[in-house]
Amino acid sequence: MTRIGVVGLGKMGLSHLSMLRAHPDVEVVGVCDSSGYMLGVLGKYTGVPTYGDLEEMLAATELDALVISTPSRLHAPMVRTALERGLHVFCEKPFCLDPADSLALSELARERGLVTQVGYHYRFVGAFAEVKRLLDAGAIGRVTHVLAEAYGPVVLKEQGGTWRSRRSEGGGSLYDYAAHPLNLVNWYLGEPVDVRGTVLNSVFSADIDDTVLSTMMFESDATAQLSVNWSDESQRKMSTKITVWGTQGRIFADRQECQTYLREGAAVPDGYEAGWNVRYTTDLTEPVWFYLRGEEYSAQLDRFVGRIARGDLDDVNAFDEAAVTDRTMAQMLLDARDPSRTSTRPAAPVTRRRRRFWRRRR
Amino acid sequence: MDRLMLGDNQFFGINHMSEEKARAQAMRFQDISVVQDVLDDAYDERVTTFMCTTHERIELVADHVRAQPERYADMTFLPCMPYAHKYANAMTDEGPLGAIRKFLPDGGFLDAARRGGSALARKDIEGVTTLLIDAEMKMFEGLRTPVVFLQNVVVDLLLGLGFDDAFRIFAEHVRGRYGAEPGFITMNAPMLLDTLESVGIENPVVCTNLNKVGFRMSGGVQAYQSLLRDRQWRAIAMSVFASGAIPADEAIGWVCEQPNVESIVFGASSRRNIVATRDLVSQYWQLD
Repeated sequence: MTRIGVVGLGKMGLSHLSMLRAHPDVEVVGVCDSSGYMLGVLGKYTGVPTYGDLEEMLAATELDALVISTPSRLHAPMVRTALERGLHVFCEKPFCLDPADSLALSELARERGLVTQVGYHYRFVGAFAEVKRLLDAGAIGRVTHVLAEAYGPVVLKEQGGTWRSRRSEGGGSLYDYAAHPLNLVNWYLGEPVDVRGTVLNSVFSADIDDTVLSTMMFESDATAQLSVNWSDESQRKMSTKITVWGTQGRIFADRQECQTYLREGAAVPDGYEAGWNVRYTTDLTEPVWFYLRGEEYSAQLDRFVGRIARGDLDDVNAFDEAAVTDRTMAQMLLDARDPSRTSTRPAAPVTRRRRRFWRRRR
Repeated sequence: MDRLMLGDNQFFGINHMSEEKARAQAMRFQDISVVQDVLDDAYDERVTTFMCTTHERIELVADHVRAQPERYADMTFLPCMPYAHKYANAMTDEGPLGAIRKFLPDGGFLDAARRGGSALARKDIEGVTTLLIDAEMKMFEGLRTPVVFLQNVVVDLLLGLGFDDAFRIFAEHVRGRYGAEPGFITMNAPMLLDTLESVGIENPVVCTNLNKVGFRMSGGVQAYQSLLRDRQWRAIAMSVFASGAIPADEAIGWVCEQPNVESIVFGASSRRNIVATRDLVSQYWQLD
């Protein structure tokens, strides 16, 4: 039985709490939030022990692991507190707003031998995992380009008021929305060596970006483009899409399906054929013990609990993997502020020869 | 309850297989009269029960039916509340309490309760819950609503949290105020039946996925089959075709042969589909 505490009872926190309390191998020994009303209701009606302060909860309970779903700016200090107490940590995305924290905390967790995971649940969506499987199998040859998109109806008018509308606290569509497709790009292609053409624009918001556009360059010469807009009312809910082009074919995936075109002569995986192949979520999804709002949310928590039982430090969405996404977002912010800067690459014009030279020197 | 009822996912761009199909459906049903045409087709084919979310567009359907009591003498609505996306989007924006406040007819009620802080009275929760139910039920005034459902996102959230009293509060209010049976939609029927029993809701109406491949049936097909065999509940099967993963005749054959399934709710966008499903089911079940 894994003893878990949950801090932060917003939308994600409540949903994690519900799934964890239903998990047969988990005992939720405490929840923590700054809203006394929320704690009062939960304590009274569900019997879960409640705390108004993280330190108080840590002092009063015996925990194996902490689930952190607080506003993003609180992630780094809370993760540090938990790791220093020897707790395994599941943290909501984005991991840390400052990539220096991401790195330091990944290292601290490794030193202590603690299991870490960040809530990039799209890696647990069957169709997106199928893309990874196909790429690892080399099914579409050498990847040349990825288009990563996310659209949804979050900010449809001028507004403000919560931490999500403040840049300094991790608000904005880059951290909140773009992080998801970007994290998939990192999963498929790794960390970009350069980021260019980043535009963070407001549509309605006063202080934050509602759209993100950016181009990433990778060591392999592959490129990726990110196109994100959370002021799109035509979407019923968040819709994330990935298209991957390779020398031997093309893959398209969203939450529902994975469509693959393989050329004649491609390394065709078992169950696939040259030409079009469509796999639906019903085929690609493993059943879960408890379903709340998509198998992926249950599956990621189950993986975390299983990893703790096995002492498995290296698995999908561990801190060091999420740190890659944090660094990529930091690169995008830098690029958006100062497109003329020299970052990981010499300034334009970037010729192929110069890039090769640079690569050798590294 | 009728043995065969029409659901409404197809009218709102919800399709678990394909975003493209979902969008095509959203376009096709943008004009509510097209929805009404399909409902009329279903009605004329003797599928007279419509199980629908409390989406604001359903209000137009309700108005239409209310205006022609003779045309729709047998029309039955089974409302499913709440329309979850409006809450989910509001929760991202304003937090769980902000979202509830936004949809309460009288936001001041929650504010007063919040000022009470953690010394929260039971009547506050009951008050908030019943106000939310009444707000969602308003559009069905004067129409036949023999069962009122709580949507799966809410049922399963409360179920996981262990907020068991909420089911009883919902059941009492739906019975007392609307003279209706409380219904519960879930993806976790084995766990839910235990919980409903523990709060004294007997022989509950539970709508849950029932399909040959076990799609979104937490606990697995066998666990559901033993529930059907051994427990006292009124089962409504949904997602019978597992979003199209099972051929229609095979899917209907399997579900109709399970013991003690009272009804099937299915989605259809045309008279042809409605007739095809009805004819398939009538091979196994006595309809009408």
